[in-house]
Amino acid sequence: MAVTREKFDNIIEIQNVTKVFDGITAVDNVNLAVRRGEFVTLLGPSGCGKTTLLRMIAGFEMPTSGSIFLEKQDVTSVPPHMRPINTVFQKYALFPHLSVFKNIAFGLKLKKIPTGEADKKGRPIYRKFTKDEIAEKVERVLKLVNLEAYGHRDITGLSGGQQQRIAIARAIVCEPKVLLLDEPLGALDLKMRKEMQSELMAMHKNIGITFIYVTHDQEEALTMSDKVVVMTDGAVQQYGPPKKIYDEPANAFVADFIGESNILSGVMKKDFLVEFCGTEFKCLDKGFGKDEKVDLVVRPEDIVVSLKKSAKKDALAGEVLSTVFKGTYYEMEIMASGYQFTVQNTVEYTPGSKVYLSVEPNGIHIMKKLKTVNEFDGEILSETTVGFCDGEFEFENDGSFERGDEVRVKIPFDKIELTDDEEDGVIGANVTQTLYKGSYYQVQVYTDDDNDFFIDTVDEWDIGDRVGINIKPSDIAVSKKIEKPEEADTAENADEQAADGEVRNEE
Amino acid sequence: MSKRVKTSLIWAFVGVMLAVMYIPIVILIVYSFTGAKALGVWSGFSFELYADLFTNSSIMNAFKNSLILALVSALLSTILGTTAAIGIFHMRKWKKSAANFIANITMENAEIVTGVSFMMFFLVLRLPYGWTTLIIAHTMITTPYVILSVTPKLSQLNPNLYEAGLDLGASPIKSMFTVIVPQLIPGMLSGFVMAFALSLDDFIVSKFVNGSVETIPVYLYNALAKRGADPTLRALSSVLFVAVLAVLIALNAVSAKRRKKSVQG
Repeated sequence: MAVTREKFDNIIEIQNVTKVFDGITAVDNVNLAVRRGEFVTLLGPSGCGKTTLLRMIAGFEMPTSGSIFLEKQDVTSVPPHMRPINTVFQKYALFPHLSVFKNIAFGLKLKKIPTGEADKKGRPIYRKFTKDEIAEKVERVLKLVNLEAYGHRDITGLSGGQQQRIAIARAIVCEPKVLLLDEPLGALDLKMRKEMQSELMAMHKNIGITFIYVTHDQEEALTMSDKVVVMTDGAVQQYGPPKKIYDEPANAFVADFIGESNILSGVMKKDFLVEFCGTEFKCLDKGFGKDEKVDLVVRPEDIVVSLKKSAKKDALAGEVLSTVFKGTYYEMEIMASGYQFTVQNTVEYTPGSKVYLSVEPNGIHIMKKLKTVNEFDGEILSETTVGFCDGEFEFENDGSFERGDEVRVKIPFDKIELTDDEEDGVIGANVTQTLYKGSYYQVQVYTDDDNDFFIDTVDEWDIGDRVGINIKPSDIAVSKKIEKPEEADTAENADEQAADGEVRNEE
Repeated sequence: MSKRVKTSLIWAFVGVMLAVMYIPIVILIVYSFTGAKALGVWSGFSFELYADLFTNSSIMNAFKNSLILALVSALLSTILGTTAAIGIFHMRKWKKSAANFIANITMENAEIVTGVSFMMFFLVLRLPYGWTTLIIAHTMITTPYVILSVTPKLSQLNPNLYEAGLDLGASPIKSMFTVIVPQLIPGMLSGFVMAFALSLDDFIVSKFVNGSVETIPVYLYNALAKRGADPTLRALSSVLFVAVLAVLIALNAVSAKRRKKSVQG
């Protein structure tokens, strides 16, 4: 993509937008630019903030902080009825008391268009559409959604798919600068959804309006969009074309959310060489620190299975655990070096077979570890206890800390014990994410005072579980706080932003 | 006990209940068609009492007063109740239950207490008893019923409907009137009819604040107190009963039709 476009080609720009509802951060410092004419999808699990972000673009919600620009104009505080943006709502939100025709004509009747003339003071004169103009526009858009003869019908008699088309027609007839679609296909059955997907794509191509689409369905996002924004916890994890997001996920979360994948922990030995499962593999990634801990993703279709050990060193010996026929390929679970790999192959290996697994360098994608250790600010509460995350934990004081000292606390991922009963732990937390990493689960929990813990554990925990947290005194590393400790946090954020920025710039 | 005996016992019970409730009214209506002064004496079929009723100017005046009062107060309470219902519906948790509780007080309160409170309230305001006080009092006691009948319609609405109006370029007020209000009309209508019937039928509160304006219930009471059981009252009560019955049947018919339509849709 060598074409350098003018900067004003960004039709929507979102700058440092944060939205807080009753103390809960729904959207956390999001930066995003959408090019004119693009089909951009906001993708993420429910509660990730994608709908809130969309509602802020529409004007239904005001950002707590940050700005939204439409064609370089700050529209952050412009009310929704003054924005040249239209929305297709999740459950259509058609007006049940109006016919199909009147539903579609609703926006047109309110629209004021410049006549091209100006009054004495040089201000442009506006007029409304005439009846004939409205009728003509409605007919045209009905044709576009393949419902030509439906104008006189009642809304209530229409099927879900038909109502969906009317909702789209009602929005695009106003010729918005941006069309927002909030999970518009969620209420349709699978077959209808597939049909509407291709219709929407064709429509986007034909009318050339910028689409911003919200969905939690990763397949839908990858199929339809020019660009995908993967969101979680109110923040943008990655922004890029679908292929790039699939092939080069920015982190373990994106990799897990998009498609099937084997996510492993590894160590970068040097540029283009990574070690995992006790074996060194060639890869295409560089720029990591020597011996830096990383996450890496290997897609199931990128693993090569063979019965004989090849001449190459980098192959893992494993045993097939199970195999399932999936129509065009076999999906096998293969245990190798303590990791359970999911492998897709056109050749079936029966359970029990001894096999060798290898991966071409372009099949390995290395990601920066989001966090390698849990780190919190705390305070020494007594000779043997330190307080952080609203809990009082015992630790081994070598005598260098006194009561009231402000400290930094570090706990490795695998040194935290989760308990079924919240009462058994020092503090309670909710499980928000779990990620299977081949031989263990990486669980993310959210404490009552808004802190995240990452825990590596062999036990499986369900998202939403209430758990208790225990840490052995010897596993809590306490250090004196460096001067101005808050800056450490901001610097971290800045790094993340910089990473986001990089993703954006690459496009 | 066999099933048949059980069923017949149930029907016997229902029969007795209905008889106790409706025999007095039936007797009243039957005896409204005879001219005899004393109740229970049949002096031959005649429309005499009805003729008297419709030529009695004070009854006709009370009738007119009741109708005007019911219309005006029902109209006001429909506007007020609908606005309140929309406001309350969009409140957050505790505010919502607080507002609902306050709105229901006049409904649950003993009417005599409401009546005395209004009397004293208007006294303090130095508002002379009459049309104004009647309209205010009736609007206040009927508004909660409008809120009650509009709220369910609001909760049935698509949550994005109002926003869809804004999205298509309607200002907040315009979106409210062109998008939301049309959806609420059935609820507003049944609220209006309920308010109308309640106002027509209200005696206690009216008695405290009516001043010189006589409504039908107040006229009935005054007439009984002054002159004893005037035979014309038999005709008047019958007319009132039939009128209220007609309104109720009409209301049921309309909602049944609407249900049928929505089922078909």
